[in-house]
Amino acid sequence: MSIDQSKIRNFCIIAHIDHGKSTLADRIIEKTGTLTSREMQAQVLDNMELERERGITIKSQAVRIIYKAKNGEEYIFNLIDTPGHVDFNYEVSRSLAACDGAILVVDAAQGVEAQTLANVYLALDHDLDVMPVINKIDLPSAMPDEVAQEIEDVIGIEAMDAPRISAKTGLNIDDVLEQIVEKIPAPQGDAKAPLKALIFDALYDSYKGVIVFCRIKEGTVKVGDKIKMMATGASSEVTEVGYFGAGQFIPCEELPAGMVGYLCASIKNVRDTRVGDTVTNADRPCKEALPGYKKVNPMVYCGVYPADSAKYPDLRDALEKLQINDASLHFEPETSLALGFGFRCGFLGLLHLEIIQERLEREFDLDLVTTAPSVIYRVHKTNGEMIELTNPSNLPDPSEIDYMEEPVVAAEIMVTKDYVGAIMTLCQERRGTYISMEYLDANRALLKYDLPLNEIIYDFFDALKSRSRGYASFDYELKGYQQSELVKLDILINKEQVDALSFIVFKDSAYERGRRMCERLKEEIPRHLFEIPIQAAVGGKVIARETVKAMRKDVLAKCYGGDITRKKKLLEKQKEGKKRMRQVGNVEIPQEAFMSVLKLDED
Amino acid sequence: MKKEMELYIHIPFCVRKCAYCDFLSFTADEQMQRDYVQALQKELDYYGEKYKDRVVSTIFVGGGTPSWLSETAMVAIFDTVYRNFSVSDHAEISIECNPGTVSDRKFAAYKSAGINRLSIGLQSAHDEELKLLGRIHTFDQFLKTYDMARHHGFSNINVDLMSSLPGQTARYFLDSLKKVVRLKPEHISAYSLIIEEGTPFYKIYHEDVQRRENGMQTTLLPSEEEEDLTTKLTRVFLQEEGYHWYEISNFAKPGKECRHNIGYWKRAEYLGVGLGAASLLDNVRYSNTTDIYQYLKNPGQEAPGEPLSRTAQMEEFMFLGLRMVDGFQRTEFSDAFGIEIEGIYGEVLHSLQKDGLLEKKEGRIRLTEKGIDVSNYALAQFLKSEG
Repeated sequence: MSIDQSKIRNFCIIAHIDHGKSTLADRIIEKTGTLTSREMQAQVLDNMELERERGITIKSQAVRIIYKAKNGEEYIFNLIDTPGHVDFNYEVSRSLAACDGAILVVDAAQGVEAQTLANVYLALDHDLDVMPVINKIDLPSAMPDEVAQEIEDVIGIEAMDAPRISAKTGLNIDDVLEQIVEKIPAPQGDAKAPLKALIFDALYDSYKGVIVFCRIKEGTVKVGDKIKMMATGASSEVTEVGYFGAGQFIPCEELPAGMVGYLCASIKNVRDTRVGDTVTNADRPCKEALPGYKKVNPMVYCGVYPADSAKYPDLRDALEKLQINDASLHFEPETSLALGFGFRCGFLGLLHLEIIQERLEREFDLDLVTTAPSVIYRVHKTNGEMIELTNPSNLPDPSEIDYMEEPVVAAEIMVTKDYVGAIMTLCQERRGTYISMEYLDANRALLKYDLPLNEIIYDFFDALKSRSRGYASFDYELKGYQQSELVKLDILINKEQVDALSFIVFKDSAYERGRRMCERLKEEIPRHLFEIPIQAAVGGKVIARETVKAMRKDVLAKCYGGDITRKKKLLEKQKEGKKRMRQVGNVEIPQEAFMSVLKLDED
Repeated sequence: MKKEMELYIHIPFCVRKCAYCDFLSFTADEQMQRDYVQALQKELDYYGEKYKDRVVSTIFVGGGTPSWLSETAMVAIFDTVYRNFSVSDHAEISIECNPGTVSDRKFAAYKSAGINRLSIGLQSAHDEELKLLGRIHTFDQFLKTYDMARHHGFSNINVDLMSSLPGQTARYFLDSLKKVVRLKPEHISAYSLIIEEGTPFYKIYHEDVQRRENGMQTTLLPSEEEEDLTTKLTRVFLQEEGYHWYEISNFAKPGKECRHNIGYWKRAEYLGVGLGAASLLDNVRYSNTTDIYQYLKNPGQEAPGEPLSRTAQMEEFMFLGLRMVDGFQRTEFSDAFGIEIEGIYGEVLHSLQKDGLLEKKEGRIRLTEKGIDVSNYALAQFLKSEG
């Protein structure tokens, strides 16, 4: 079987969240007959249970489709799905590297949004041809012509002949397919050259070992080839190659240059496979590796502990498995007096943190306690040493600290003009530095602020949404570090400091945060037989206090023959509630309390 | 000697449902009342045959408002009981009555039916509180009912009172209590008001309950401190007046403790008949349907039984036994289960003792007064937690 390179199209779909990317992918797969509509499960590509539930794409997925074009020729489409959220830019970047072009989906009612721009720039960075599609034209508020104009004005790409479609109803999907053939370039690359393949994803299968997702740039790979990972140096023999069916792996004879597919090479050690690495022939290596990706560093850290300390090894195992195809997840062991053995984990952002937490709980059936998220602070000590602090408990004694720095991000917020004032106020409250504001059109403004990362990791996104009634979108990237007056806020429960509740805070916010934290904990901690003082302290000085009053009265006044069963259930329920508690000293603290700091701004 | 058994008969009807009540009760026309009595008789016939080898030690007719039924209906029920069961000569036979639903003729009928104990639902000696609760009677009507009962020779009377009513101070409740004690009833039940889900009170007061549980200030209900003071003063006052505090909410002149209810707490065997009634026989718990139409259709049908595991029996022994102020003899536990109590609950007993919630004294185990105040917490410790 030989594959004509000019009949291959490798592309992805990029969009702002909710503009209909996954629905369009479904339609394309359905239209090309890869699956009949009866077999279609909505959003085929989002096959993680969690993705379908939340309606978002977290991991990249790929599928090969055969399309018979109007010119009578058959084309192979390799469609690679990409995540849409800012936290997963890294994943987007990985998928883009495997493509030659990108379909840009823009909502006909909402127009260009912050994430639209961010994704287009990413695509252009990877030298991809971008082909716009205007979706949701079935909406009453759709303005396809204005949106086409906007795409040309704001992004600067040709959009007048962009297909106007409804992915939901399937309207004009044929136009999209035809334009893919016309506008997305065919891949280049010599199938006879030494193998040069880019790893853009991987996952672990207990039968096949590591399954490597790759884009063949040069050469050909087939079963029996001896291959080598250029970065890690690991080499092995290929046991299977193939391409992606909808939701399944389909083995084939070989993958020549230009193709997207997978290979297995009985790689048992997951560390030998690194996403972004280049695969080549062991005995006929290519001269130089592909550029790979920009390595991403976690921005947010938090402690993750098993609720049942006996599950510590299970947690480690689960984290290792997740890390195989999520290289952005970092973790290292740590211990807490309050929580025992666990891991300090690094994430790209809060959504990433939440997703990982949910995947651990769902896919690995773990019950977790997580501590308040923290950013990485730079602590400059008086002896000239600098430490990168990811766990507030490890802050050195104040006498040893010369000064501290905190990460700052460059934030871009797109908002309709009615809410500009409200959003500016929010940014001021979060210690933002105003950079600029420009009007994109009569209705929308792009605000630029520098914001300390620790002001946005908790609930900035929620605050933004609520203060703009959902009309603001937000994107950020790490800008650098700035010196700042920071202190460690400690929490004492019944006079005992609880390490897992400490956090770093801007000095002037310490009192307010401490007070709110005490109030919050007072609500979370159930009453005990004795009174429990809850104190917030900075440098040993108590700045706020609340008290959980002692339990005084807790009685069932009546209990006779007819209601013994019901009363017993009531008592059982009361006892059940204690199961999700952590004993610290002689106080039982609910697991949720360790995340209290996240909710300080809810009211 | 024949095995003993208690008999409970449920009458689910009330003239009107009180605003705080979550018991299985509702209003009913005469036709339904007649149908219900017939159904009860059928059920009594069925179980009379089944348990003919037992002797009935106590009978309790509860509700609802059993005294709302006509005297002929009540006599018919008791005729059926006596026809089917052998009732002990010294049986304690109680009926619940509410002021405003009784008459000379009814009391006379009760007497002739062998009823020897009355439990009168008063709740408060203050008319505005009675109104707030949705009761159908005044304090004056209660006094008349009480006099009438004494006149008919009832020498064992309980009066129900309710504390922690909205806006009520400890002092004001004590006033109700004093007015009742002056009448020298043999038994007083003093319950604190529980705001139950699904009642009209729940809508009005549940937020306050939440606040009180979280140790915050209440707006309508008495504060936690006031509630605490009320129960303390109640205990002191009634004990000074010669009442024996024998269960969380129950006080009696010595020897007049309610034998039927003590049976529940000591896990005696009992047969419950009527809508939603529960039975405990041979360590199987049965519960009748709570659907009145289904009950009327099929009254004699045996309720589905839930056999109690040994663990469940022990748990019930503990959480019911410790409701009694004097607790239980440790030998009662070892006699029932063939093992010393420490072998099962050693740790829990020790930790409760350490917290001052429980004491062991002269072979008895009981909650301390502090333990009784937080008895839900203390009793829950005896229940198993999975995993």
